[in-house]
Amino acid sequence: MNQFIFPFTLAFTALSILGAFLAPQNGLTNLALLVSVGLVSLGKLPTAWRSGLLAVLALALTILLRLNPNDKLAFYGLLGVLVAAFLLPNLSKLIRIALALAILFIAVPIAGLTNSFLFELGIQIGIFAALALGLNVVVGQAGLLDLGFAAFFAIGAYTWGIFGSPQAAQFIPGYPAEGLPGNYLYLFMALAVITAAITGVLIGLPALRLRGDYLAIVTLGLGEVVRVFANNLDKPLNITNGPQGITPVNRPDVGPLAEFLRAIGAERLYGRPIDEPIAYSFFFYLLVLVVIGIVVLVNIRLANSRFGRAWVAIREDEIAAKAMGIPLLPTKLLAFATGAAFSGAMGAVFAAKQTFVSPESFTLQASINILAFVILGGMGSIGGAVVGAAAVTVLNIGILKDFSDLLNTWRQTGVTILGYNMANLPPQLNPAKYERLVFGLILILMMIFRPEGLIPEQRHRAELQEARQEAKEGGGK
Amino acid sequence: MTVADLFAILPQTLLEGLLLGFVYAMVALGYTMVYGVLGLINFAHSEVFMIGSVIGLEVFRFWGNPEAPVIANPLLLLLVALVFAAAGSGIVAVLVERFAYRPLRKRGSKNILVPMITAIGVSFLLQDLTRIYAALRHNEFNMQYRTYDVLNQVFELPLQTTIQFKGVIVIVVSILMLIGLTYLVNRTKLGKAIRAVSQDMQTAALMGINPDTIISRTFLVGGSLGGVAGVLFGLLYTNVTPYSGVLPGLKAFTSAVLGGIGNIPGAMVGGLILGQLETLSGTYLPFLTNGNFGTEYKDVFAFLTLVLLLLFRPQGIFGQNVSEKV
Repeated sequence: MNQFIFPFTLAFTALSILGAFLAPQNGLTNLALLVSVGLVSLGKLPTAWRSGLLAVLALALTILLRLNPNDKLAFYGLLGVLVAAFLLPNLSKLIRIALALAILFIAVPIAGLTNSFLFELGIQIGIFAALALGLNVVVGQAGLLDLGFAAFFAIGAYTWGIFGSPQAAQFIPGYPAEGLPGNYLYLFMALAVITAAITGVLIGLPALRLRGDYLAIVTLGLGEVVRVFANNLDKPLNITNGPQGITPVNRPDVGPLAEFLRAIGAERLYGRPIDEPIAYSFFFYLLVLVVIGIVVLVNIRLANSRFGRAWVAIREDEIAAKAMGIPLLPTKLLAFATGAAFSGAMGAVFAAKQTFVSPESFTLQASINILAFVILGGMGSIGGAVVGAAAVTVLNIGILKDFSDLLNTWRQTGVTILGYNMANLPPQLNPAKYERLVFGLILILMMIFRPEGLIPEQRHRAELQEARQEAKEGGGK
Repeated sequence: MTVADLFAILPQTLLEGLLLGFVYAMVALGYTMVYGVLGLINFAHSEVFMIGSVIGLEVFRFWGNPEAPVIANPLLLLLVALVFAAAGSGIVAVLVERFAYRPLRKRGSKNILVPMITAIGVSFLLQDLTRIYAALRHNEFNMQYRTYDVLNQVFELPLQTTIQFKGVIVIVVSILMLIGLTYLVNRTKLGKAIRAVSQDMQTAALMGINPDTIISRTFLVGGSLGGVAGVLFGLLYTNVTPYSGVLPGLKAFTSAVLGGIGNIPGAMVGGLILGQLETLSGTYLPFLTNGNFGTEYKDVFAFLTLVLLLLFRPQGIFGQNVSEKV
């Protein structure tokens, strides 16, 4: 079987790359390229071939994107190469990092400067990935089920939202009427880390004395409490401006970045002026990347530290961990505070990026979505949290929307599929509106067929194998 | 408003709290019974409740159409709605157990999060399936219960208290259901089996009880109660959306935890307490804080009470304190 797959993959990949160069606007080539990314990742290729092919595929997809920036399939292909570069075994570290940097800092910007939707997608993925990484510390590593995680995101968002907007002048006499200038965002990201961590400790102190399901309901309740306060603290003192939310939140100055882009000739390259919206998209894309990079580094270092091991010990067996001398409450509080800190920083970025903060963004639904990213990716696994967030975001704001558009075109043109005239399809059937349906199905199917997540944590994988072995030996129930 | 005025509205507030409390109690029973047999927070129960509301609404629409009513008597219509909702919600709950939770049990995963995430997935799925149904049938997902003069008729009670006829129905139906459930759990063979499975599934299996059947029937009973509660909730508050189960479901779950999750009388008492807490704080918070903290904070009040209670009594009001074996 392997002897067959190897040359087949090579031939297929070579053909699709050739196709990309010869007929770049053809949808079929895109699909072929996507399939080859999959083949290269899953087929059994020698390491050297594999890294080389991934690099060439990345190049081909980048060229496609440059020629046609609206080509979303090519963008998804690039994301696929990115994921493959990080997750495939045996690749050299240098190649992984070079590929990732090239895709994130060269390929995506090249297309994104003409089609800012790609930046938007990247920013969304980044924000959700940071939240997932934060929750991953709490649920994945320490095994503490937190159903109110969006509260910390809210704290971070409001930390900058209140002080970086005209809002603070409402209750602090003598405060600048426009709020602090946007460049204070960097300072407030640090402050948001602190306020979110403190909130984490405050919520954790009562909640973490409880276990399991009780912890889940109490965090859920306290998360709602934070949202209700955000929703109603427009009186007696107008702090959060209630359900209307706060707007406009100031953004940092992008003048230097736009200047830099003009200096390197971006305008001539894309045939359009570098205006403020595109400069802001690019700016927030870069900012989110930097924050994600820091969060991932801290996460990796923490996971291998004394604290990381203590968290896993608590997750596996609380009583045994206590017997080994791990102070339970402080260690759990640390997990809460760490996770909260990550999402607090992203909250501040989120507020600036949207220029708008309202309690709508921090509902129970948001908390559950973040939890689902973690579960989908694989609990406790750092790569998993990022991939889980990316997969769901791409599905929600990319693929489902495309599918809706496709259905609409079918309706208008009246295509017949399997003997059914699509023109008769009720207009209420709009897949973009039913993301929960798809999301719910994915969650159920994942839990039944792959409960360890897309990219299982090493330790977890071993455990599951053990459980299955036991079930087999015990002859079922 | 003077202190005397505050006392004057107390009986009415307590009565409204009682109505809400009965609805919560019935939904809480669904959570607590499933938790008892499976140790699982069945998040999808709030959707089973919501589907009960929708089924009731459809019965009113189909057979209670004012131009050509199939069943002219609103009370008879309500009875039919209750029966259909109980059956429908019960069946949905059984199907959920069969196709989402049972496959997980067969795999024997020890991770408690896995069934819970599945429950969340099921809950999303049911919400959007209902939304698609509502969009196709009514072209919008915000649905209104029909109102009937008979049901909205107001009765004067002593102490300046009034109650609508539908309020009386809610109380009567709830009490009947709760008595019926207590009888079922304590006096019948099925009840005995449910209690056995929730105490120790393996030993129960050794005693000739088929745990799968019992779990399935537990979902049926819990789901039916949820469906009945759904119709009563729709009757009281008239508005139903595919997402309208979430908040009452959350409150009901809180009630179950308040009473000690897994404990059946606990769920009833927890529901009644939470109903009172919510209406009392909703009515009195604005006065006590001079209007600074209004009715919007009633949920905060309810959740903070839960946190306080759990801090001092982590197993809930009626829960037994099970010390962990090492």
